[in-house]
Amino acid sequence: MITLGIETSCDESGVAVYSTKQGLLSHQLFSQIKLHAEYGGVVPELASRDHIRRVLPLIKQTLKEADLTLADIDGIAYTAGPGLIGALMTGASIARSLAWGLNIPAVGVHHMEGHLLAPLLEPNPPQFPFVALLVSGGHTMLVDVPRLGEYHLLGESVDDAAGEAFDKTAKLLGLDYPGGPLLAKLALQGRSGLYRFPRPMTDRPGCDFSFSGLKTSTLTAWQNSTQTEQDKADIARAFEEAVVDTLTIKCRRAIEQTGRKQLVVAGGVGANQRLRAQLATLPAQVFFPRLEFCTDNGAMIALAGALRLAAGAMEPPIIQVRPRWPLMELSAA
Amino acid sequence: MILALDTSSEACSAAVWTPNGCFSRFELTPKAHTQLILPMIEQVLLEANVTLQQIEAIAFGCGPGAFTGVRIATGVAQGLALAADKRLIPVSTLAAMAQQAYQTQQAEQVLVALDARMGEVYWGSYGLIDGRMQPLMAECVIAPNDAPLPPAVASSWVGVGNGWRQYEALLMPRFVNYLTDIQTDCLPNATYVAQLAVYAYQQGELIDPALVEPVYLRNKVALTTLERTALKP
Repeated sequence: MITLGIETSCDESGVAVYSTKQGLLSHQLFSQIKLHAEYGGVVPELASRDHIRRVLPLIKQTLKEADLTLADIDGIAYTAGPGLIGALMTGASIARSLAWGLNIPAVGVHHMEGHLLAPLLEPNPPQFPFVALLVSGGHTMLVDVPRLGEYHLLGESVDDAAGEAFDKTAKLLGLDYPGGPLLAKLALQGRSGLYRFPRPMTDRPGCDFSFSGLKTSTLTAWQNSTQTEQDKADIARAFEEAVVDTLTIKCRRAIEQTGRKQLVVAGGVGANQRLRAQLATLPAQVFFPRLEFCTDNGAMIALAGALRLAAGAMEPPIIQVRPRWPLMELSAA
Repeated sequence: MILALDTSSEACSAAVWTPNGCFSRFELTPKAHTQLILPMIEQVLLEANVTLQQIEAIAFGCGPGAFTGVRIATGVAQGLALAADKRLIPVSTLAAMAQQAYQTQQAEQVLVALDARMGEVYWGSYGLIDGRMQPLMAECVIAPNDAPLPPAVASSWVGVGNGWRQYEALLMPRFVNYLTDIQTDCLPNATYVAQLAVYAYQQGELIDPALVEPVYLRNKVALTTLERTALKP
């Protein structure tokens, strides 16, 4: 089955073609980061306006790259949620109508299921069952995955997501938008051990996270410092270590609690090098998507959609999105 | 044969124009457009006994109107056109309303005012030229007090659109002497999108689906960080 996947849940337009026989055939991405930079954050209306410009050209490029035509496509997958309603609606309108016009099935994919399955795009994919750490600007959660489509929540952030904490802390330190990756870059120049921030909620049992307090600790440390570039780097380093340590401690608990032998890491923060290095020390085989598939992309949607379509997913010709859609509400494929 | 659709307002509509007549559906369906539009298109194609492949071009109400609504129409039109290898005809929602006033009430001069929220209207003036309603000025989003008066006093115009109801107190004192009638209930309708598209088709005004864009008119939708900083006292 050859599936065209379309992702428009936030500020990236992604399109890909995935074959259940041959794997990923092609993928294209357009990032709107520059568009939103001068606003200091994603402006939902502008994101939607850009998606409608990008999706068709991306579909054409993706098909061309795979040397396919629309006649070769067996099904269409699109991100139905969670995400920005207007952005989701744009992709869903195009995708659902395209499938209807081609008389092929369509499936609305859960964005986080896409992230969670992204490591399956790699040459040595994980096998079910596994534990997954979903860690991005919108989510931080640990999930037990016995099989495709079955997700049991082990723990999640009670306030800010880890990526959100990175971005907000970066803003407090005066870094440009989007600050998370810049903060991680700055941390590389920081010296370890000069500052130390708490590892929130690690003194309590369970796998829940809390990251909102860390930005206050960081701000206080910055205000009390001499505010040199080296201070900023040292503080960034300490912040990153606190987040990475916390995530690692909770992942270790999740592995112990479930007895799973494999850990899948997905979402934008999964691109963080310190996190990757530290999680690799855990007593489990750890799987990461390649860096470009840690952030939003069409490939993961094409993959997740292909698996669901292959399992017989069907939907009527209506365009429906779910801006809020708990992962746990998904049913097994 | 033309397929037309519109989801720009609280109404949702689809129509197929054929030499044998126009087959259409129109429903007031706030917030249910996305559920209804594809089944509606399916119905009008069935009634017209035409397949999507047989359609010569797809027309859509490209705005102005509700931002999400005009994007749904644009996205659906793009998806269908890509699937069936057709080209698109974007039709102004304001022009479609003027065309409706012409076809149903023989209005030959129309001032369209559609409520744009935030104290403004989407505004356009249309006149009968070569058998169809055509714009006499560029459409704009404007405060009712700034809406431009027609060129000649005591000329006979029909006011169309919910803006005339919403901003009656602001518009009427200035426009009352120009108007012969007001139709505040008129909403964009795919039937008249199709009628205008037939002319556009004859003129060869067809666009690659990858190149069409909704017409929002209101293009400033957020303040940049610098603008927000400047506003702080």
